[in-house]
Amino acid sequence: QSGAFGGGCMSGGGNDIQWCFSQVKGAVDDDVAEADIISTVEFNHSGELLATGDKGGRVVIFQQEQENKIQSHSRGEYNVYSTFQSHEPEFDYLKSLEIEEKINKIRWLPQKNAAQFLLSTNDKTIKLWKISERDKRPEGYNLKEEDGRYRDPTTVTTLRVPVFRPMDLMVEASPRRIFANAHTYHINSISINSDYETYLSADDLRINLWHLEITDRSFNIVDIKPANMEELTEVITAAEFHPNSCNTFVYSSSKGTIRLCDMRASALCDRHSKLFEEPEDPSNRSFFSEIISSISDVKFSHSGRYMMTRDYLSVKIWDLNMENRPVETYQVHEYLRSKLCSLYENDCIFDKFECCWNGSDSVVMTGSYNNFFRMFDRNTKRDITLEASRENNKPRTVLKPRKVCASGKRKKDEISVDSLDFNKKILHTAWHPKENIIAVATTNNLYIFQDKVN
Amino acid sequence: MFTRGLKRKCVGHEEDMEGALAGLKTVSSYSLQRQSLLDMSLVKLQLCHMLVEPNLCRSVLIANTVRQIQEEMTQDGTWRSVTPQEAGRAPLDRLVSTEILCRSAWEQEGARPAPGLGDGHVQGPVSDLCPVTSAQAPRHPQSGIWELDGPREDRGGFHKSLDQIFETLETKNPGCMEELFSDVDSPYYDLDTVLTGMVGGARPGPCEGLEGLAPATPGPSSSCKSDLGELDHVVEILVET
Repeated sequence: QSGAFGGGCMSGGGNDIQWCFSQVKGAVDDDVAEADIISTVEFNHSGELLATGDKGGRVVIFQQEQENKIQSHSRGEYNVYSTFQSHEPEFDYLKSLEIEEKINKIRWLPQKNAAQFLLSTNDKTIKLWKISERDKRPEGYNLKEEDGRYRDPTTVTTLRVPVFRPMDLMVEASPRRIFANAHTYHINSISINSDYETYLSADDLRINLWHLEITDRSFNIVDIKPANMEELTEVITAAEFHPNSCNTFVYSSSKGTIRLCDMRASALCDRHSKLFEEPEDPSNRSFFSEIISSISDVKFSHSGRYMMTRDYLSVKIWDLNMENRPVETYQVHEYLRSKLCSLYENDCIFDKFECCWNGSDSVVMTGSYNNFFRMFDRNTKRDITLEASRENNKPRTVLKPRKVCASGKRKKDEISVDSLDFNKKILHTAWHPKENIIAVATTNNLYIFQDKVN
Repeated sequence: MFTRGLKRKCVGHEEDMEGALAGLKTVSSYSLQRQSLLDMSLVKLQLCHMLVEPNLCRSVLIANTVRQIQEEMTQDGTWRSVTPQEAGRAPLDRLVSTEILCRSAWEQEGARPAPGLGDGHVQGPVSDLCPVTSAQAPRHPQSGIWELDGPREDRGGFHKSLDQIFETLETKNPGCMEELFSDVDSPYYDLDTVLTGMVGGARPGPCEGLEGLAPATPGPSSSCKSDLGELDHVVEILVET
C-alpha cells in the first residue's frame, strides 16, 4: 500500500497517487428532490460495503464486486446491495413538532457472523439494523403447494422432508433494536465502543451510553446543560469513542474545544481528563472568530494516537499527549476568510463539514464548496483539490487538480472565489479502510474515486 | 420627534467639525456595518425563534455574536436603542461592504470610534429614548430556550425585530385567520406555535430508566414562571398593536 501521495502540480509518476473517477450514483438532473439529499456516508470495517443515508430517512448500501483476478485494471465496482427505509417522520404531540426522518449518522458494527449490523440515527432515535442474505429457500412441503396454498389433505399420500434449494439472492434489512426517548436535543453523533457491546450517542447538550442489547435504559455520561438555559453559550457538536481504549471518548464544542473523558474517573464525565484548545490568534480576531472556530467533526486516527478536528476554515491534527495546540493545521479554503460576512448572511458559515483519515493515517480528506474536496498528505505536506463532477465521468479518467484564485490575476484553469457555487457543498466523505477508494457525496450524488491501478 | 432631534444634532455636529469629517465618516462606516451585522443577527435570531424547533448550535453561535457586538458597542459608548422609525428599514439593505467587518481588530484600530467621539454624538437621543423603552419592556420580550444577557437598552433592538414580526401577523387579512389556526403544517405564522416557541424550552429528558414512553413534562420551576410572565407580556404587545 503506497503511503506517498502525489500533489496536483507534479506529473504523476513513481509512487504518486492519481485519483480516477470510478462511479457516480444518484439522479442526473439538477433538480434535487429534498428526500434524496445525502446526509451521511460510511464504509464498513472491511470496505466491502458502503452505506449512505439521506434526508428522506432511507439507507442505501452498496457492495463491492469481488475483483476479477484476471482483469485487474480496476477494483470491483460498488453496486446496490440493499435499500431500506430506516426512519420515518414522526410527530411529537407534546411539543407539537415534527421529528425529521433525515439520517444524521450511520455506523457499522464489525462483522461477527454472516449478517451485517449497523446503527443509524435521526435527530431523536437510534436503530440497530440487521442486514442478512438469503440465497436458499425450503422447497417440498408436505401440506403446502409451492405457492403457499394448502393442499387437499386427501391428496397427500407420501411423506417428504423439505430441502433447501438455491434462489436469487435476497438481502433483507430488519430493525433489531430501537433506542428511543433518550434525547431531548438533536443527535449529532453515534460512536461504537471498541468493546463492541456499548456505544455512545451525543446531542447538543448531552451524551448517553447504551448497551447494544438494552433499549429501555441508557446512562448519561456528559451533561452540559446549564441550570438556567439563558446562560447557554456552548453546545456539543461531535463525539467519538477512542478506537482502542474502551473507556476513553472525546467530544467537541461550538467554541472550538475538545474534551477527552475517561469513564473510569466517574459516572458523569462532566470533568474532562484533557482539554484541547488552541489559543486564539489575536491578529485574526473578528466578530466571526467564534463561529469559525466551532468544530463540525472530530475523528480519531486508526492508530488512536491522533485525532482530527474540522472547523470552518481548517483541519487540525492533535496529538493526544499535547493539549495546548494541534500538531498540524491544514487550511481548507483560507480564501473564504475575507468573505465571512457574506457567508454569515447566507448561512453558509454554519455548514458542518466532515473529515476522514485514510487507512494508514497518512492522508486526511475533507470537503469544500463548488463540489471541491481537499486531501492533505501529512508526510509530504502536499495537498490537492479535486472536483466531484459529472464532467469527468469516464472511468479511469484521472482527475485534474483544481485551483482557486483568491485575488489578483486569475490564471488559466483557475476559478475565482466569486465564481464558486456555495450551493454545491461536499459535507460528507469517506475513505475505504484498506484501499485507496474514496466516496464523496455531493448534494444528491455519490461519487466513487479510486487510485489508478496500472 | 426623536428623529428630528437626531437630525438636528447630526447637522449641528458636522457643521462644527469640518476638519474631522473624513475621520467621522470612516468611524461611522465601521459603526454602520457593525450595526447592520447586529441587525442581521437579530433578524436571524427572530427567525430561529419562529421555527418550532430551532437549530440550537446555530442559535447559540448567533446569540454569542450579538453579545460580542453589544459588548463592544457598550465599551465604545455607542450603544443606543433603535428608534421606532428605523424599524421599518430592512436591516439587510444597510449591509454595505463586507470586507471591513472581516478585517482583524488590528486593522480596524484606526477606524473604530474613540469612546469620547461617539458619546457626545449620541448622548442626547439615548437619554431621551431610555425611559420610553424601559417602560415598555420591563423584561426581555424575547424568550424561548434562552435569551440574551446585556444592558436594558438592548430591548430596543428586540422590540424592533419583534415589531416587524407582529406587523406581519397583523397585516394578514381576516380571511386568512381560519387558515392560520387550522393549518398544522405551516407553523411560521401559527400564533400558538410562535408563543409555544417563545415559552417552551426544552423538556428535561431523563436518561435512566426510561420505559419507552413520551418525555415527562417539566415540573413547576422559576424559569417556567418567568416564561409565563413573558408570555403575558407578548400577548400584551399583540393586543396593544
